[in-house]
Amino acid sequence: MNIAEELLGGSRLALSRAITAIENEYDNAVEIMQKIYAHTGKAYVIGITGPPGAGKSTLTDKIAKAYRAMGKTIGIIAIDPTSPFSGGAILGDRIRMSELTLDEGIFIRSMGTRGSLGGLSRKTADAIKLMDAAGKDIILVETVGVGQSEVDIVKTADTTIVVMVPGLGDDIQAIKAGILEIGDVFAINKADREGVDKVCREIEMMLDLNQEQVLWRPPVRKVIASQNEGVNELLAAIDQHKNWLSESGELSVRRNERIKTELLAILNEQIGRYILTKVTDSGKFNELLHNVEARRVDPYSAVENILKDILR
Amino acid sequence: MEKRVRVLVAKPGLDGHDRGAKVVARGLRDAGFEVIYTGLRQTPEQIVGAAVDEDVNVVALSLLSGAHNHLFPRIVELLKEKGLSEALVIGGGVIPDSDIPSLKAAGVSEVFTPGTPISSIVEFINANVK
Amino acid sequence: MSNENVKTGLEAYNAKVAKAIARFPERGNLPEQRLYTPLDVEKTDYGTDIGFPGQYPFTRGVQPTMYRGRFWTMRMYAGFSTAEESNKRYRYLIESGATGLSCAFDLPTQIGYDSDDAISEGEVGKVGVAIDSLADMEILFDKIDLGKVSTSMTINAPASVLLAMYIAVGEKQGVSADKLKGTIQNDILKEYAARGTYIFPPKPSMRLITNIFEYCSQSVPNWNTISISGYHIREAGSTAAQEIAFTIADGIAYVEAAIKAGLNVDDFAGRLSFFWNAHNNVLEEVSKFRASRRLWAKVMKERFGATNPKSWMLRVHTQTAGSMLTAQQPENNIVRVALQTAAAVMGGTQSLHTNSKDEALALPTEDSVRIALRTQQIVAYESGLADVIDPLAGSYYVEALTNKIEEEAQNYIKKIDDLGGAVNAIEQGYIQKEIQDSAYKWQMDVEKGAKTIVGVNKFQIEEKPVEGLLKVDASVGELQKKKLADLRAKRDNAAVEKALAALKKACQDEHANLMPVILEAVKTYATLGEICGVMREVFGEYQAHVSL
Repeated sequence: MNIAEELLGGSRLALSRAITAIENEYDNAVEIMQKIYAHTGKAYVIGITGPPGAGKSTLTDKIAKAYRAMGKTIGIIAIDPTSPFSGGAILGDRIRMSELTLDEGIFIRSMGTRGSLGGLSRKTADAIKLMDAAGKDIILVETVGVGQSEVDIVKTADTTIVVMVPGLGDDIQAIKAGILEIGDVFAINKADREGVDKVCREIEMMLDLNQEQVLWRPPVRKVIASQNEGVNELLAAIDQHKNWLSESGELSVRRNERIKTELLAILNEQIGRYILTKVTDSGKFNELLHNVEARRVDPYSAVENILKDILR
Repeated sequence: MEKRVRVLVAKPGLDGHDRGAKVVARGLRDAGFEVIYTGLRQTPEQIVGAAVDEDVNVVALSLLSGAHNHLFPRIVELLKEKGLSEALVIGGGVIPDSDIPSLKAAGVSEVFTPGTPISSIVEFINANVK
Repeated sequence: MSNENVKTGLEAYNAKVAKAIARFPERGNLPEQRLYTPLDVEKTDYGTDIGFPGQYPFTRGVQPTMYRGRFWTMRMYAGFSTAEESNKRYRYLIESGATGLSCAFDLPTQIGYDSDDAISEGEVGKVGVAIDSLADMEILFDKIDLGKVSTSMTINAPASVLLAMYIAVGEKQGVSADKLKGTIQNDILKEYAARGTYIFPPKPSMRLITNIFEYCSQSVPNWNTISISGYHIREAGSTAAQEIAFTIADGIAYVEAAIKAGLNVDDFAGRLSFFWNAHNNVLEEVSKFRASRRLWAKVMKERFGATNPKSWMLRVHTQTAGSMLTAQQPENNIVRVALQTAAAVMGGTQSLHTNSKDEALALPTEDSVRIALRTQQIVAYESGLADVIDPLAGSYYVEALTNKIEEEAQNYIKKIDDLGGAVNAIEQGYIQKEIQDSAYKWQMDVEKGAKTIVGVNKFQIEEKPVEGLLKVDASVGELQKKKLADLRAKRDNAAVEKALAALKKACQDEHANLMPVILEAVKTYATLGEICGVMREVFGEYQAHVSL
């Protein structure tokens, strides 16, 4: 038995090991992905993002429990930033989900952002596929913040929930500007706090102005995740979006677009790697490099020169 | 390759003294490890469940209540049961020297008592992790 | 000498020593100045800032006579294993001259689980005594006259239940509730922020606390209804200023909650008490005690408009710093505890627990507890430190440091006010993060050698394992389980059911005071786990905020 087969057979440890292989770029990673690909495409993927302190982990916990109550199996990917100084990370999202740990139908994996942005979104997409192939019905991807890497990750989701809270102060304008186009559903958490109506109003206003969302108007829902209030209404909004996606045909459009992007990304990476190896292995590269260093040749001409040889 | 050593820092038992666990978690992060922190009051089953999902290389247990003789061996046993026998199990807290041999015999790789610098824990993990 | 002349003199002094000043990388965090002069206390007014003992703002102490009236209460925190074992230790302590009891409960008791609950496995009787029902409490205080002894109980989330049991034991001894003296810790906010033995979310927890304030103000008037604790915040790694800042912020939250519940501030504020940590840095600690009294007095008088001087007084119990004990060369801990004791006494504490030398390794043995108690007695009778009131007042350094710590604490309190008070600040993880940052900095300083801990990162020796540590018998858990099974078979279970149903109903009614209902329930021998179980069902459980 190998990891892919064990994973397809339902082994929790195999799923876990497979994600490690992807994350660590082990040699067997490609083979695993090849073997499981045919079994993917069944899970519904929900992205959950928002600024720090919005209560995303608690909300993820409650959403998972609600789907579990409907008999669905769940995969959760919780992403936290890697320290740029040490390369290490503290992944603390599980703390809010410790009750889920004992549920056989729920698999939780924490991931650090590690190195490159593109790398992370690819790895997340692969981890989603692994959970999908392992038979999880719903996959929740929780990620902090609103940077480009989060936007990329969120693009792997079918429905993206943006979580906001009252009382974030002035930063909210910038945050809202960045997340408006990625939110399919807005959850205003900690709705027992002062200022909740103001946040709702502001988001509705910005949605009014947004011309891109003429076909789907993202609903805004109030929740108090810590007390499990409003979670069912949030699930209903997710359902609405899901229905709209399939009825409008948008779901397959999005998914196909994603597949194309992914294929191009892999191709790009492989071609890049292939060419780079070829170039750097040849003696000509070093010769050109010295010339550029000595400012006898400019980098643009050097690249032209190299490509002329390779793309003959 | 982008390999990282993954460490589960867990607090089994009921004691709420997490200063040590949190300081160690930060220290390990600053040493380049990926640290998954579980929070307080975790049962052995919860800790091992998390260790499996997270595919950790190290399970670091912090306990100050004196229940280590009961809880540490139970966690080692469950890890084996779930197929994670190669994970390194280390412990720390208020643990008398006289308890250490039996904990080691039960499969705990090392016990770090109060006053241990984080650098020693890092060195131990780097030297022993599989 | 006029301040002008001091200034000239200081400049000349500084010029002279500038070249001779040594650097001490291993003595990190030294005060900015090497010398303090009248210039550093120029703005400090004796009347308004320092004053007299027993008078506002109480910088010099809360009682007019302090230790010239009587020494502080020498109160040793103890408890382990079963009620029978702990009762023996308490009676030993009383015979040895301890003047108050301090009960340590095991973790299942502290978080409201019975000894036979699956989650209690391995923890029963470990860090304190296991109390499952009134039956255990009766044994714990057997042959101890509750009319005479004052008892402090380190119990928080289920404080109402343990207090009810204590009242019930008193009744059985023929001591009415109004004669009972003692303290319950009852400080849930620091449990969320630093100590971790919480059960319920903040809202019902604050309700339980105000219920206790109200009940005791009428029925148990000599009881200290809360011990607002900086001790554990400091143990979790905070600085001295953070310790008093976060604790006083918690205190403000309790007072606000009680006022909001309709209580008159002067009706309960006199029964609020505090709990400080005594660390090794003697002068900083003394300044901390002084600053905290002044700060609290101002808060109560100016912010809450309390008019009874008793409401302004910060009365404090102190424990020496457990986190400063080292597992290495444990005998050195005796010296550390002596310094910490000196700090607490010169700081003017009302009662004191001294830790034992072996507590970095295990629970203390009887012998090491005796040394710890003797340390207090030596400081009291032999050192002269207790001979005059607030002996360090007027020290340029101590007065300047008192001002500095107060100011730092005030800044924190302002920040917490801006976050919407201590409850919000804890729910947002602000206080926890500040404490963790300080703890991490401390650890890094020790590892870099910027802070020296004797025997740990300097002056180490080869050591043999310490022998003769206290071991709690592993059979305690089984013993308690058996006692519980017997109890459940013997008691009037219909009465228990009825009492628990009444409790549930009272929990659901926001306006009901839970204390009388809990008292009725404990009298039926309903267990702690059963009572807390009902409350868990109605109130839910707290989810910790962790940000690292």
